[in-house]
Amino acid sequence: MAIPYFNEMYQNDQVRPLYARLEDWTRAMPAELRQMKQAEAEALFRRIGITFAVYGEGGDPDRLIPFDMFPRVFTQTEWRKLERGIKQRARALNAFLLDVYGRGEIIRAGRIPARLVYQNEAYERAVAGFVPPRGVYSHIVGIDLVRTGPEDFFVLEDNCRTPSGVSYMLENREIMMRMFPALFRENRIEPVDGYPDLLRRTLASVAPAKCEGEPTVVILTPGHFNSAYYEHSFLADLMGVELVEGADLFVEAGFVWMRTTQGPRRVDVIYRRIDDAFLDPLCFRPDSMLGIAGLMDVYRSGGVSICSAPGAGVADDKAIYTYVPEMIRFYLGEEPVLQNVPTWQCGKSDDLKYVLENMTELVVKEVHGSGGYGMLVGPRATKAEIAAFRDRVAAKPGNYIAQPTLALSTTPTFVEQGIAPRHVDLRPYCLVGERIELVPGGLTRVALTEGSLVVNSSQGGGVKDTWVLAE
Amino acid sequence: MIVTVNHTTTYHYDAVMRGAVQSLRLFPSQFDGQKTLEWSVEVANGIRGGAFRDGAGDRVEGWSVRGPLSEVSVIVSGRVETKDLTGVLRGHREIVVPEAYLRETTPTRANVALADLARSAAAGGGNALERAHRLSEAIAGAIVYRPGVTHAHTTAAEALELGEGVCQDHAHALIACARVLDLPARYISGYLYATEDGSMHEAAHAWAEIFVEGLGWVGFDAANTCCSDERYIRLGSGFDAQDAAPIRGIAQGIGAETMDVTVALGATQQ
Repeated sequence: MAIPYFNEMYQNDQVRPLYARLEDWTRAMPAELRQMKQAEAEALFRRIGITFAVYGEGGDPDRLIPFDMFPRVFTQTEWRKLERGIKQRARALNAFLLDVYGRGEIIRAGRIPARLVYQNEAYERAVAGFVPPRGVYSHIVGIDLVRTGPEDFFVLEDNCRTPSGVSYMLENREIMMRMFPALFRENRIEPVDGYPDLLRRTLASVAPAKCEGEPTVVILTPGHFNSAYYEHSFLADLMGVELVEGADLFVEAGFVWMRTTQGPRRVDVIYRRIDDAFLDPLCFRPDSMLGIAGLMDVYRSGGVSICSAPGAGVADDKAIYTYVPEMIRFYLGEEPVLQNVPTWQCGKSDDLKYVLENMTELVVKEVHGSGGYGMLVGPRATKAEIAAFRDRVAAKPGNYIAQPTLALSTTPTFVEQGIAPRHVDLRPYCLVGERIELVPGGLTRVALTEGSLVVNSSQGGGVKDTWVLAE
Repeated sequence: MIVTVNHTTTYHYDAVMRGAVQSLRLFPSQFDGQKTLEWSVEVANGIRGGAFRDGAGDRVEGWSVRGPLSEVSVIVSGRVETKDLTGVLRGHREIVVPEAYLRETTPTRANVALADLARSAAAGGGNALERAHRLSEAIAGAIVYRPGVTHAHTTAAEALELGEGVCQDHAHALIACARVLDLPARYISGYLYATEDGSMHEAAHAWAEIFVEGLGWVGFDAANTCCSDERYIRLGSGFDAQDAAPIRGIAQGIGAETMDVTVALGATQQ
């Protein structure tokens, strides 16, 4: 491999102090024990039923996503920087949403092209002028990060709608603690189990003004056929709130009501795990069977809160992504803590020319694609694949962006032959309500295939427990 | 002109339904060309829900009706004082920016024929207002008014190919063509007070607005080759007919739906 990848466990051939105890741990673990533990972990995942694909990735929904027992570790100092950068980004994205559904100052100032916002499919005209409680549109912001060096983190994409995978963050930790209690005595690891409580408080903090007393929060799921249904029920359980489907709710007299055995109960906050288009057949797709008729009228007249707010998706489009550093400067007057990956917009003729000429070195992605589909990793592609992709990009340039192939960091991972470096990314979950909160951790995805840079579970990716060491 | 409106829409179901929910956009727009003197919207046996003014300036009201039911009636009545502003929507407050109306939807998507029609109408040059007028005339020429040949889901492209249609088709086609010329355009639903012959329009009417730099939104009724004047009552707007529908509703149950509409408009000159 020509590119020198940053292995997070080593620096100048020395084990970095934060991994020292883990090195001892693996040394003391014979192969048979490791295999036994791996089998135990899989059995645990199967038993709790966590087998879903990370949202939008496709693939077999019942396939178990491989769990790698080798934790990924951050120091307190590393985490503080990430935390600052993630919170900054979450604030800017929300400021942007409030702005584009309001006066559109950033567009008037010429910092973002009007077309990218107002002609974006995710821009909802129906909520223009509506200010959600506390001005928050995206209550759970999932920011996908990659690392290329000791100090170098890049944001790969933002997820402002309903980022999933947080149940993996919680379950990976739970299972590691159950299998290796000693590790958690030897290392001082920041806990992540406060997440459900923080999420519930965040959701309650954005209850509408008409709410009296303790807000009633529900999770709205499309149902058990959805690949992330496990996560919906898991979070409802841990938060102590009802998990509902569209048919469990109805609208009357300006409020949303939940059918219960004790009669209708008013609902104040809906954490929805269904897309805008399906929320309300009277406002969006008339053929939707998943939503609640009249919901948007209640929402827009202040009778209920919807998290994330309808229309939040306009901030996490791959074409808008390029402008997030600009948003941070414009709304917060700060310099971005976390860098964007340099991105070429194939819709711009200069960029397109560059991309077509340098395709062998670039990663080319569909603007609306996800899950590692509709994507070309130039250095790993065959000549035929590149030629075919070049035709697709040339035919519809506006649908594509390109980025340099990043030298994603690796972390030690258990593989058949023992331990080997594998490429990883990170998705932390930032909560935005009355306050902005971030539990110290996230979901680390790992590309289990040797040399692969694609961490998506549909393309052979796995997951790891992610540690932030206490000071 | 003072226009009086009596408009009743009744949905009948051939089976008993568990309930119904509606979202109504049935209130006269507030702008210099319209002053509401009296207005009432009621759903028979209904429960009024949330009400608000949306970003496009339209007043929206949610309603629900508890079942069991076999019909739902929406009753609108009122009086509006109108003024001829030659189509200009002066003094209308809204937050949605004109650029948002450059987005195409299924019924307003321009195919080659619509794009050709738009370009040839615009070929004479002139400013945006003149081009918009010529577009409206071109569509009136290309789609002859004839009820019953098109339906609720007919697209602009299909109507143009048929060469016939009703006000909804004229409005969709005009919107599609305006967007070809990069002019923001939107669908307007409302009422039209019928004059002399009364053959070219229904009282429940639809037309289009085109955004003209310097003037703002201007109403064009391709069906009647004119701008919206004092005979028109503007209710609401949207990307297309479905988005701007005065009534969007759903009834829970298995019954098939049929609809009766009666609209009676009267007018007195001041």
